[in-house]
Amino acid sequence: MATQTSVTATAHQAPAGAHGGFFALVTDWVTTVDHKKIGIMYIVYALLFLVIAGVEALLMRIQLAVPNNTFVSPETFNRLFTMHGTTMVFFVGMPILFGFGNYLVPLMIGARDMAFPRLNAFSFWISAFAGFLLYFSYFAGSGLYGAGTAPDVGWFAYAPLTSRVFSPGHSTDYWTLSVLLSGIGSLGTALNIVATTLSMRCKGMKLSRLPLLVWLYLVTSCIAFVAISPLTAAQIMLLIDRYLGGHFFDTQAGGSAVLWMHFFWIFGHPEVYILVLPAFAFANEIIPVFSRKAIFGYPAMVAATVAIGFISLGVWAHHMFTVGMGPGANTFFTLSTMIIAVPTGIKIFNWLATLWGGNIHFATPMMFAIAFLFQFLIAGLTGVMLSASPFDWQLGNSYFVVAHFHYVLVGAILFMIFSAFYYWYPKMTGRMLSEKLGKWHFWLFLIGFHLTFDFMHIPGLLGMPRRVYTYEADRGWAIWNMIVSSGAFLQAIATLLFVYNLVHSYFKGKIAGPDPWDAWTLEWSTSSPPPSYNFAAEPTVESRRPLWDLKHPEDPDTNYE
Amino acid sequence: MSSAVAIPHQPDQEWTQPSRGIVGMVCLIAAESAIFIIFVVAYIYYIGKSLAGPRPSDVLELPILATVCLLSSSITVHFSVHDLRLGKIRRCSAWLAATILLGGIFLADTAIEWYHLIYIDGLTIRTNLFGTTFYSLVGLHASHVIVGLFMLALTLIFSLRGKVTAHHAERLEVLSLYWHFVDAVWVVVFTVVYVLGR
Repeated sequence: MATQTSVTATAHQAPAGAHGGFFALVTDWVTTVDHKKIGIMYIVYALLFLVIAGVEALLMRIQLAVPNNTFVSPETFNRLFTMHGTTMVFFVGMPILFGFGNYLVPLMIGARDMAFPRLNAFSFWISAFAGFLLYFSYFAGSGLYGAGTAPDVGWFAYAPLTSRVFSPGHSTDYWTLSVLLSGIGSLGTALNIVATTLSMRCKGMKLSRLPLLVWLYLVTSCIAFVAISPLTAAQIMLLIDRYLGGHFFDTQAGGSAVLWMHFFWIFGHPEVYILVLPAFAFANEIIPVFSRKAIFGYPAMVAATVAIGFISLGVWAHHMFTVGMGPGANTFFTLSTMIIAVPTGIKIFNWLATLWGGNIHFATPMMFAIAFLFQFLIAGLTGVMLSASPFDWQLGNSYFVVAHFHYVLVGAILFMIFSAFYYWYPKMTGRMLSEKLGKWHFWLFLIGFHLTFDFMHIPGLLGMPRRVYTYEADRGWAIWNMIVSSGAFLQAIATLLFVYNLVHSYFKGKIAGPDPWDAWTLEWSTSSPPPSYNFAAEPTVESRRPLWDLKHPEDPDTNYE
Repeated sequence: MSSAVAIPHQPDQEWTQPSRGIVGMVCLIAAESAIFIIFVVAYIYYIGKSLAGPRPSDVLELPILATVCLLSSSITVHFSVHDLRLGKIRRCSAWLAATILLGGIFLADTAIEWYHLIYIDGLTIRTNLFGTTFYSLVGLHASHVIVGLFMLALTLIFSLRGKVTAHHAERLEVLSLYWHFVDAVWVVVFTVVYVLGR
């Protein structure tokens, strides 16, 4: 029987297809409540959408590469940037980071699973369904007329463009529902991470000894409660407007379009921190291991993270300087936005201090992490520039802004995600990723990234607005756009190399063993990949680096903490 | 596959952690509070902005009976948890039944109010901004009451069939936290909609 083989396959952690039929394998994965399998499903699903949304980005870059281009129609272009933004934020960024969190948090705190394994599976499947629902709009967006369309309202879907009058058909409904569902999935996972961190720690894993990755996921999840819920509420309001004839965002009946902007950005800005804190979390684990030093300033790192969590809730309206909020609000949000650079700066200096005097190993994860440090700094600096409201009035909604936030999302977050892949792939699969391909991936992606996003600032400064589908030749933007587009293709090639590396190394990679990086946190104390129960016996820890204590009994960390 | 590494440990230390059920419910309450805050902000923002009537002062009555019932149900659910912890299953069931009855009266009162508003005063969700914000805020709260009543009723059925023991006290406490939250939200909704907004 197929089900029997599936049980044995689970028990031995067999690689794909080794035992049983395809059906047994699918049943095994679809019905699993194991945090490691759910984590991997999150990651694979996010990679699928990364490729889809990446293709959308490439199509847009082809269209913009030369002036007066007609590669895609304006309508298609609107759909492309809407789908690209929505997909990258909700169906790539969130799931990939929650995937790593799901996989790593229980392992790092010495637990056997998440606090609520079935809720975990539910959260994953509802998020996965949301992603497919969004893309189903390509087939059914216009309803039953035959020719479907995707949403075209932009990823922040400003009112009143989303009202029935301006967005007939169902494409906007697909957008609303899929974002709503993905929000429910994210809340479930966030709740699970908090409950796991607070209630499932192994003996001795005090909060002051939590690996920083776990601390940062804890803070990220807490932000998720107060940031994603407002979006859920706003989507419910939009649904009431569209289906029940409500007037929340109906300017004809006294409703306010600006209220939607506030509600969206109350979600939208903390969302940036929900995405970037896990990237910091990876850096906190990877940089010390490849510097062969303990992290510098552990308490300061935790405090800075919590500070970022709080301040991030009070900066949202810097997305709205050009709306005309008045001097009071402009001043407040300018200052709060500048202040958030302080805890972020503390983190940068702590990472630098960790590198300082360390025995740095330039393995692929470390190379991505070093690039992250530089690029995140630059992204932060343009962020401080844009936080000054008079400066923002000049450059709001220009390609300068697009370049700024892509510097954060790609230059910081995606680089750290790649770094995390190279670092934890051996733990997840038992095999190393190819270092040689990894180096190629790194350099190609780095060059492509800088070609695209360094030069993207310039057309923004020259006045090129975002979301335009083409431009005239005499604007002087053509050469910059050509460079930007060519960089995009380099990044695409590098990503293909990475995907090839992922697949090839799964079958042919070097066997990793339990601890290939000589690291210090608990996930490296179990086999690679870990058995379904994670730890044969519940571990007990006495410091922040339990494996260091184990490997160096003559000089344990407990002497210094 | 290498064997798991044994980590040195001192066995004599006490190791306690918070209950995951309560942590989970507190997280859910935090998230739900944020949803309610957004609806309350929208309600307050749109007070007096309706372009046409009816206005709140024309049609809203203070729901005193419903408020008293809902707030007292917080006390009864507290007693049911207390008695379950002491192992007094029948008293626990009685307090649960009282909670459900009080919550039911609240819902019935809301239903009568809405019937009156819709069929006598002609206020629906599409009439004006007041209608939109009123029905969505009060309706959001009422839907939470329905969820709470459903779960309390399930618990009551289990306890009447003898499936509930003192071991389940913590689970009932988690449910009671949710119920207290629903009541606390009503205090805010009552203040905003029936006192300040009128």
